[in-house]
Amino acid sequence: MDSTVVPTGTEGKTWGGGNRPMNASYGKMMMWFFIVSDALTFSGFLAAYGFSRFKFIDSWPIADEVFTHVPFFHGNYPMIYVAFMTFVLIMSSVTMVLAVDAGHHMKKNKVIIYMFLTIIGGLIFVGSQAWEWATFIKGDYGAIQTKGGNILQFVDADGHRVAIKDFAANMPSTREVHKESNGIWFVEESVQPTYSMPEIIKGLETHPDILVRTQVLNENGQKTVLSRQESIQKIKNTGKVMVEGANLHVNEYGSPLFADFFFFITGFHGFHVFSGVVINIIIFFNVIIGTYERRKSYEMVEKVGLYWHFVDLVWVFVFTFFYLV
Amino acid sequence: MAEHAHKLEILRGLVKFKSNISKIWGVLILLTIVTTVEVVLGIYKPEVLMGSFLSMKLLNWIFIILTLVKAYYITWDFMHMRDETKWLRRFVVWTAVFLICYLIFILLQEGGYIESVYTNGHVKRDF
Repeated sequence: MDSTVVPTGTEGKTWGGGNRPMNASYGKMMMWFFIVSDALTFSGFLAAYGFSRFKFIDSWPIADEVFTHVPFFHGNYPMIYVAFMTFVLIMSSVTMVLAVDAGHHMKKNKVIIYMFLTIIGGLIFVGSQAWEWATFIKGDYGAIQTKGGNILQFVDADGHRVAIKDFAANMPSTREVHKESNGIWFVEESVQPTYSMPEIIKGLETHPDILVRTQVLNENGQKTVLSRQESIQKIKNTGKVMVEGANLHVNEYGSPLFADFFFFITGFHGFHVFSGVVINIIIFFNVIIGTYERRKSYEMVEKVGLYWHFVDLVWVFVFTFFYLV
Repeated sequence: MAEHAHKLEILRGLVKFKSNISKIWGVLILLTIVTTVEVVLGIYKPEVLMGSFLSMKLLNWIFIILTLVKAYYITWDFMHMRDETKWLRRFVVWTAVFLICYLIFILLQEGGYIESVYTNGHVKRDF
């Protein structure tokens, strides 16, 4: 401290500067402030999800029946893939702590290796999430949306789901998708569903073993299956349009709110993972060019580590509230 | 930064590790076990745990408690909360826990109320 600093007469006092409250450096403390506020943001989202779920507690989709796919495998494997994703994220958290620990011992090469593994783990996780989204958007069995916005699905006599394409009749139709180029008004309509309502009703009538399953949960927590008579009645009286997959407007698995929250919360979390990967890459190159070696402190690795673990922490909660509970 | 002293005990001193690195692997094993238990319970859903307890399924309570256990070890060991001062721990944990409990109470209470209006009132939504 030379002549540019004017003495204030408070040197050595508590407010004289240079203190580290709670023994944490400025950067680390600010990272904790950020984490607390971000935790509150995520809690707000998850609590809002809980609100909607409690609001429709007797008709909410069952997550086990929604997320049943594993890449490269056919069949029904609920939760396996998301458990794998959780493990990947926890594992990348471990390599991050190992990088922080190596940083404390000033072992540059070890920090480089562990940071690299952390980045790879993050990329695998983001990739898996993209695949999960794609599968969810594509859908698998198809369903009917009623005039009231509810979802009707199809099952066989044993209660197994049946895809609409496996029983719907194929009837020639003159209905065409309205395009901007062939109408008087400059409007376009979106893609029409694969099967029209008459085709589905015909198919239902000619396949005597197919029943309709409503959104309503019975006392065992399973979806209510209607009798054959009721099934045909229900589809004829209330069915409006075929729904394939899930997006922000419709969701073949049940309440559209489920899809909305899924896209929003896992999307927001995925965005955090993505930015975490980007920050990790920046720090990774800083380690390689020796910035922290010259600074004689790897605290920056510790700070991004805090953020990275926080992302893992949030996923633990998202995993519970979206897939388990 | 050579003065990093780590507390190497977890589970209230039941397990004590020799170095920080072995503690990290130990916590990984613990988290993996907890996650595996969650996934197995989630796939098989044992009939015993489907009973209701405090207006929620017993199984769901188990999931939430196991999640909090995992959150504790991630924060305490991966984020080094165990090695921070008592008041840093308190300002982070108390603030978050208090506000989150408040938020959850308000939103879930209201969600339950609206559900009761749908069920008992004259609002029709299945047509």
